[in-house]
Amino acid sequence: MSSEGSSRILRAVPREKAFYFFTSIGNYTGASAVSLKEFVEKVNEVNVKSLEFHLYRADFEKWIAQVLEDAWLAGEVRRLQKFGLMGEPLRNQLYLTVSRRFKRLTSPPGSDQF
Amino acid sequence: MRHRSTVLSLDAKDLEILKALQEDSRQTYTAIGKRVGIAHSTVYDRVRRMEMQKVIRNYTALVDFEKAGVKKIMAIMTVYADPKETERVALKLAESPEVLEVYTSLSDELLIMAKVVAASQEGLHAFVANSVAPLNGVLRIRTSIITRKVKETSFLINDYLEGLHL
Repeated sequence: MSSEGSSRILRAVPREKAFYFFTSIGNYTGASAVSLKEFVEKVNEVNVKSLEFHLYRADFEKWIAQVLEDAWLAGEVRRLQKFGLMGEPLRNQLYLTVSRRFKRLTSPPGSDQF
Repeated sequence: MRHRSTVLSLDAKDLEILKALQEDSRQTYTAIGKRVGIAHSTVYDRVRRMEMQKVIRNYTALVDFEKAGVKKIMAIMTVYADPKETERVALKLAESPEVLEVYTSLSDELLIMAKVVAASQEGLHAFVANSVAPLNGVLRIRTSIITRKVKETSFLINDYLEGLHL
């Protein structure tokens, strides 16, 4: 991916386009993410019920595709739904998926880790 | 008997008229006059004065939405906000057509309560996620969808006249 493409995915978006973590309909945890970096951090911190709620509503993949504009990562997150994971195993897999992508996008050109 | 108010000056006849209008705002001034014991022209004058003073804010119809076939869900939303932003958040919520009522309360912590209406659970969630959570100062939100209405009424002037718990 070009550095321009990476920069676009890694940018901070306006607050109104942030991802807001809910645990159920209308119940906002107070955690939000305005960038992929923050998203990775919050995946590691928020109530795991929030991850279950959003993953199976396809909220994560929609935000990653439409706001961060990272179609590849959106596809990887979508694939996680098939495993039917819940609780900490879900957190671990989601964290692994998004943190790997973040590391790849932030690593210097030519140091491809994958 | 004059009632306590530094802004408005309502007497017992005014309150009787308000009570009559709250029970049925479509009744004639003649009917109200007979009930209160004053001429219909006096009722008219008093009603006009209370309208001008905004004591009477509106005449409206109470609609039974279930019978009208209008599908909607209602929810009580509690917004925990930064104390410095609470007033601004409450005013912002009040601007939304989805929000029917807004209150602020200082219990254990300062919070905002709002009655919200939406066409569906998805619509409710979209409103909270896209229009409430992003407001500056919002710390977290709890939303309870109302599943059954046990009672819904307005405060009646009749209660005031009878001095119930006031």
